[in-house]
Amino acid sequence: MIDYLTNRDFLILMAKMFSIFGGVMTALAYTTLLERRVIAFVQMRPGPNRVGPMGLLQPLADGLKFLLKEQVVPTNANVLLYYAAPIVSLVPAILSFSVIPFGPDLKMSDVSVSLLFVFAITSLGVYGIVLGGWASNSKYPLMGAMRASAQMLSYELSLTLSVVGVLMIGHTLSLAELVTSQQGTWFGFIPRWNIFLQPVAFIVYIVSAVAETNRLPFDLAESEQELVAGWHTEYSGMKFAMFFLAEYANMVTVSSIATILFLGGWNGPSFGPWWLQMALPTVWFISKIFCFIFAYIMVRATVPRIRYDQLMQFGWKVLLPLAVANILITSLVVALS
Amino acid sequence: MIQILFFLFAALAVGAAINVLAQKHVLYSSLALIVMLTAVSALFILLQAEFLAVINVIVYAGAIMVLFVFVIMLLNLPADPAGEDGSDRLRWLKLIGIPLGIFLLLMVGATVWNVSNSTNATQMTGTAQAIGQSLFTDYLLPFELTSLLILIALMGAVVFAKKDL
Repeated sequence: MIDYLTNRDFLILMAKMFSIFGGVMTALAYTTLLERRVIAFVQMRPGPNRVGPMGLLQPLADGLKFLLKEQVVPTNANVLLYYAAPIVSLVPAILSFSVIPFGPDLKMSDVSVSLLFVFAITSLGVYGIVLGGWASNSKYPLMGAMRASAQMLSYELSLTLSVVGVLMIGHTLSLAELVTSQQGTWFGFIPRWNIFLQPVAFIVYIVSAVAETNRLPFDLAESEQELVAGWHTEYSGMKFAMFFLAEYANMVTVSSIATILFLGGWNGPSFGPWWLQMALPTVWFISKIFCFIFAYIMVRATVPRIRYDQLMQFGWKVLLPLAVANILITSLVVALS
Repeated sequence: MIQILFFLFAALAVGAAINVLAQKHVLYSSLALIVMLTAVSALFILLQAEFLAVINVIVYAGAIMVLFVFVIMLLNLPADPAGEDGSDRLRWLKLIGIPLGIFLLLMVGATVWNVSNSTNATQMTGTAQAIGQSLFTDYLLPFELTSLLILIALMGAVVFAKKDL
């Protein structure tokens, strides 16, 4: 046991774990600031700019406020599940980062089925929302939770089916191998990314990912005009912050999966001295994720929310047939070539 | 290390399975079932059957149980009132469960006995490729029949849901 704990591999793993976890948590905190600032600029107002230079210390202030807030539990709530729901929501969201390769060496573990692992873990996150809505014992959270579970079940189908084409091209379920399968270029200048081979799958994936993370224009689960705040209406303080963090963590997860599957992961031009070459893949990976997050925020700032029946119709009658048709055509082409 | 993990998850699975039966409220039962499925998936991972473990979580814990919980919430079922007034309607069903459980145990035991005696487990067992190979060669007919069965169940559900087709 002692041997194992002082083993060099184990210590390296621990170092990776702390750096990835710390980096991800910091990035999540600053994504909230980015979102507030960008939306403010879109709406032509300054946004939070008082705490620290240009508001850069705002996430710290927010975190402190969340920690010090009074813990309020509704009178008729189911106390056990009410406390458990934010944890059930946050833990799967964070766990999925354990298999995402941030660089050639910067990954904690490489399971042979790491893509499916991410899908499995994130599919457990819906319980946090459902339990939170149910345990609050109040009508708006219950409505929000039921909408959320129906929506996430519907869009999980097209989300999962949309990546099958990519898997057939890449011949693997491992995220790291999917990245290495997209190395190189066509004709010397077009990168060998799957987005050029699977444009339909990319669009289906992006749309279902936005719906899966309950973001505008698909945030029916917490539409504030109808449901106050949906499933987290009764939550405040740190418990609310955990729901909030889980939502952002899910955003980053689906963005990094999109990057790995369609945009070549950490592939990118490599140059300069050795330390720059070590760092560049991670830089490419993070900047690609950043593009997705920025697109998420811009979509939220510009697109109005769609109706619930439109949401269901769109998911089942447009996205799902598109994903299945994409699988059929891709398998035909793969079989013929 | 692996042994410690095995006993941890095995105890979790058994405890959660007993909890499924012991709980009065149907929502707690289904939550315990989710814990049980996840613990069984962890056991699969310890056996290096990663694909099976992940599929178990995706299909059962992530999709089917969400529907269970969804329906329980939609109907807002109260806690099971049986036992309070002494009229337990499912008394005899519970008794039938005992021989069925023993039968299942014997079946599993016999299967494990046969497998460990006959086949030589290779490195490839448990990977997605190996499972796909055996599904589409050795077990093609059962596989196709299962998909047909699921299709029939699906059509039945649609017929039930929409009376005037």
